[in-house]
Amino acid sequence: MIEFHNVSKVYPNGTRGLNNINLTIHQGEMVVIVGLSGAGKSTLLRSINRLHDITEGDIQINGQSITKASGSGLRRIRRGIGMIFQSFNLVKRSTVLRNVLSGRVGHHSTLRTVLGMFPAEDTELAMDALERVNIRDKAYSRADQLSGGQQQRVSIARALAQQPQIILADEPVASLDPLTTRQVMDDLQRINRDLNITTIINLHFIDLARQYATRIIGLRAGEVVFDGTPEEATDEVFSHIYGRSIHRDEVLGDHPPGEDIVTVIPDPAPARTDGVKS
Amino acid sequence: MKAAAIEAPQRYKRYLTWIFFVVLIVVCAIQTDVTPYQLIVGLPQMGTLLAEMVPPDWSYLPTIWKPMVETIQIALVGTMLGGILAIPFALLCAYNVMPNRAVSVPVRLILNLVRTVPDLLFAAIFVAIFGIGPFAGMLAIMFFSFGLIAKLTFEAIESIDPGPLEAMTAVGANKIQLIVFGVLPQAMPHYMSYLLYAFEVNVRAASVLGLVGAGGIGLLLDRSLGLFRYDRAAIIILLTLVIVLVIDYGSTVLRRKLL
Repeated sequence: MIEFHNVSKVYPNGTRGLNNINLTIHQGEMVVIVGLSGAGKSTLLRSINRLHDITEGDIQINGQSITKASGSGLRRIRRGIGMIFQSFNLVKRSTVLRNVLSGRVGHHSTLRTVLGMFPAEDTELAMDALERVNIRDKAYSRADQLSGGQQQRVSIARALAQQPQIILADEPVASLDPLTTRQVMDDLQRINRDLNITTIINLHFIDLARQYATRIIGLRAGEVVFDGTPEEATDEVFSHIYGRSIHRDEVLGDHPPGEDIVTVIPDPAPARTDGVKS
Repeated sequence: MKAAAIEAPQRYKRYLTWIFFVVLIVVCAIQTDVTPYQLIVGLPQMGTLLAEMVPPDWSYLPTIWKPMVETIQIALVGTMLGGILAIPFALLCAYNVMPNRAVSVPVRLILNLVRTVPDLLFAAIFVAIFGIGPFAGMLAIMFFSFGLIAKLTFEAIESIDPGPLEAMTAVGANKIQLIVFGVLPQAMPHYMSYLLYAFEVNVRAASVLGLVGAGGIGLLLDRSLGLFRYDRAAIIILLTLVIVLVIDYGSTVLRRKLL
């Protein structure tokens, strides 16, 4: 369970990144966070494993405050939270297996990991993780020999190798094509369902958000302006979250004709000066 | 109209730059008595010297072989030790690995200090401390390559992809694990390439170390020149040239494979 208590973040230049956020995310939920770029999606996600510090309030992970944690306590909470990035963040020159094993370093002594002496169970675990995302045969390839979609799956495997309770994904499909996008989203959904791992994803495609989420949270200028089920997140709701009508590039499309889940409203060009912070 | 107004001051600046450099060179030459006159007067002597170098004294080759090998050994050991010492220093002064300026800034200062001392000065100092011989030469090469490799490596470390470092922080890695899994795999090829480059430079540097008594082929070169045996000096220069060329070639091939 992840709890946000009155969380705010003010940047040194005075910008409010997050403004008084109160949220409770339960184990096993598949949460998609939507909002314009600059609305605070990434800040919110990264505050959960404290890649970003907050300036006010408290965030608790399964009852433990990560805001107050430091040193090895902080590292112990972090190792239970897997993270997936837009640009994959793999070491491109290392093998796939080594990249996945790097997800295990929080579980062992520094000396053991530095010498690369991971126990046999860890290699097994890493291979299973690769199996789960269907790229076990690439284990000994160099990461930079893989396609973008495959690299993103390696990074999912790295997160899985941590045996986490929570997976955070910051725009995981933003640099992928529509087909691999669906494969990666399917992987994340399957992992969420099979292993009951709480999954929180930042997305900007609203049709993907509706299709995969069990809960959608809408952010606007650092505040939660919507929190509900995908069914409740109508086009009007999205227009409210974005502070304007929906653009065509915010819909991935690529679904069979006649099954459009979003009606794209043509956007009159001058109507964008509506005071939305972006 | 507008385009011309923008272009004019640029050309004006360019002329000024050229005039500045010409004036700079002329003033420096006058102040240090460097004149084309000296070159013309010295030319016949240069011819005589070259003439005396031919033919090279081939019989001297067996004598200089051992000191030549010693020169390469000095360069090799010095480069390796300096290169190993450079790794922790390079990590300590890269801002992305060591954001704490209280550590990185003083370490950078030490590096800059080491790099201001030329290799021959290092050699002269170590000869004064440890006496004449290859040990002083090796130390000189070690400190010289330490400064060079550490500087180049920390700049390479600062230019690595920050993504993997962020990922390692997120999995709960500590600083050492972050360096081993995130930094080193990315910086290693650059580091190896600088190591080879330093070795190239050091073989050349080590062959003149003997001039200050720090071992290697330089001692024999100094002696041959002192005794006006230019035919022997010629064979030393030729052998050095061949070895430097072979090492340059080998290191270029290796470095191309690394990057």
